[in-house]
Amino acid sequence: MKFTWFHLMPWPHLPDDFREKYRSVWVDIPTTLYDAKRGHQIYHDYLDQLEFAEKMGFDALGVNEHHANAYGLMPSPNIMAAALARRTSKAAVMVLGDSIALYNPPIRVAEEFAMLDVITGGRLVAGFPVGTSMDTNYAYGQIPALTREKYAEAHELIMKAWREDEPFAFNGRYTQLRYVNCWPKPIQRPRPPIFIPGGGSLETYDFCLEFDYTYCYLSYSGYLRAKQLMDGYWERVAKSGKDDSPYRGGFAQVICVADTDAEAERLYAPHVHYFYNRCLHVYPGFADAPGYRTIKTLQANMITQLTQAQLRNYPTLTWKDLVDQGYVIAGSPQTVYDRMVDLAKTLRVGNIFALFQVGDMPGDKVRHSTQLFAEKVMPRLKAEMFPEWRNEDRFWIKPMQDSERRLAAE
Amino acid sequence: MPLSSRLIDVAGGRAKVRVYEGGDGPPLLFLHGAGGLMRDDPFLAALATRYRVHAPLLPGYEDSTGEERLRTMLDIALHAYDVSDALGLAKPLVCGLSMGGMIAAEMAALAPNEIERLCLVASAGLWLAQHPLPDLFAMLPQELPGYLFHDVERGSKLMAPGGDLNDIKFLADFMVMNARRLGMAGKMLFPIPDRGLSDRLYRIKARTLIVWGENDRLIPLPYAEAFRSALADARVVTIPQAGHLVGHEKPDEVLRALATLN
Repeated sequence: MKFTWFHLMPWPHLPDDFREKYRSVWVDIPTTLYDAKRGHQIYHDYLDQLEFAEKMGFDALGVNEHHANAYGLMPSPNIMAAALARRTSKAAVMVLGDSIALYNPPIRVAEEFAMLDVITGGRLVAGFPVGTSMDTNYAYGQIPALTREKYAEAHELIMKAWREDEPFAFNGRYTQLRYVNCWPKPIQRPRPPIFIPGGGSLETYDFCLEFDYTYCYLSYSGYLRAKQLMDGYWERVAKSGKDDSPYRGGFAQVICVADTDAEAERLYAPHVHYFYNRCLHVYPGFADAPGYRTIKTLQANMITQLTQAQLRNYPTLTWKDLVDQGYVIAGSPQTVYDRMVDLAKTLRVGNIFALFQVGDMPGDKVRHSTQLFAEKVMPRLKAEMFPEWRNEDRFWIKPMQDSERRLAAE
Repeated sequence: MPLSSRLIDVAGGRAKVRVYEGGDGPPLLFLHGAGGLMRDDPFLAALATRYRVHAPLLPGYEDSTGEERLRTMLDIALHAYDVSDALGLAKPLVCGLSMGGMIAAEMAALAPNEIERLCLVASAGLWLAQHPLPDLFAMLPQELPGYLFHDVERGSKLMAPGGDLNDIKFLADFMVMNARRLGMAGKMLFPIPDRGLSDRLYRIKARTLIVWGENDRLIPLPYAEAFRSALADARVVTIPQAGHLVGHEKPDEVLRALATLN
């Protein structure tokens, strides 16, 4: 299995009465709640945590893109990836990713990802999300019903820019460029591994299968609720006639490890509640702009989504609810190991985007949990899960040889 | 007299459009707002007492289809001309409500000799920085009546969805319908309902009546004056005790005002 240590970089100083006083953590949350001097410390703490994760042996360090929010403070994930590029030398740098419909022109993504791949010596995993509706439509003003068409065109442009050796003209509906000429080119040819976050639409399943991209389900509802969606994906994989490598799939999971189950609750419960009750407090009017989802997807998933929305009543969930229902995998190393095995088997995913820093969790607890997982859980999972796919390398980075490569700056 | 409806081919089959028709009198092409038409739409019913009303539904609304090829304001204004041609209308009075007013004004600016009489009812299409509009696309369904009506309680009944929103199947169908039509509306109105119309209003030659509810909370009254001052031949009639859907709240008053547009 491949473990990505993923950071959302949340703002950890939202007030206790945040839910009562403010309607949304996204889009129209006032910046009076932000403090740039504290932000300075926090960015450095968070980058330190990512660097620590490399030392602990995680396969990848993950960052992503969000706008106008206190849930994740990375409007530009490429800046974070660049900071990591010079301070790490082994782990993949996973940008999950750049919301390609938001870059104008999107050739910018081809260029910046190529820069990151060159600087890291071929350690980039490139993610191409559509972005949440809050980010893409409300904060970045994209017309909802045209967002996916613009995304598809941006994808076509970026891939061609990486692939072609000669300058070419690109006559798109949303981007016209007389000269596409991507300097630099990525180390990984024809392209770095590509990961696509999805939420259950058939179009995204097929898109991933057509190009052999890894399909990633980033949910905070835990693996038990994700089963139906991932089953849908694997059915589609089977129908397509492709192999069922578990590395075609990935899942995000909040993980909290302590010496005992009781200790996990004592150490982490307040921070997990902060995350679910403040970081995910999104005004329903911003959750899903009309036209953002295709009608086909709505028709296929509407009833499931409505049911899930009713279940997603975070403030009423206790620690026990969150753990029992699998939102959070928490406890002793043995407990966490058992549940991770169950997760990997239930969803058949080779990639885990593990969230150890959650809500307002401070650095010492983040390190404690990360280290216990890295020492007592991760090696067992790597040794035992999906042995028949041990040599799978199609979906992962192919860096330059160590001997050719500049290693981390000290 | 109830209106009847039919589905017509438009632009050589590129779109299929549901058209509601009825009434006797001079031809009137009615362009609906972002919410589409209501069941037994009271504004349309009133118009049909004096005019031969043709009310096409934009692709994305009910069973009108072909919205994939309508992306820009130009696409949509030309589509409206295609519909008018398919209906065989010659210089009808064009009456547009809200988003429909935006389309009607765009048509009149695009081909000023084609439209001689124009009625803009609480029209969208302009943005005044000192009067920013509320965000229609971030509103929850239950918030809408408060923005659309002077008499919110009566308006809520008019807008009742015709089913039980607690029934999960009905709710799912309702949300798909809503996503389809507001997805289409977003091509004109999202994130700011301004596609450069203000630069083109000078071209309009039509005699224009601008009708506004005095208590419009969605597109407030200063927008009436903004349209008037940019048009060569326009008058404003404001109607008391009416909100954004002035034609639904005060149909008789709107008809009386329209009678003066000769």
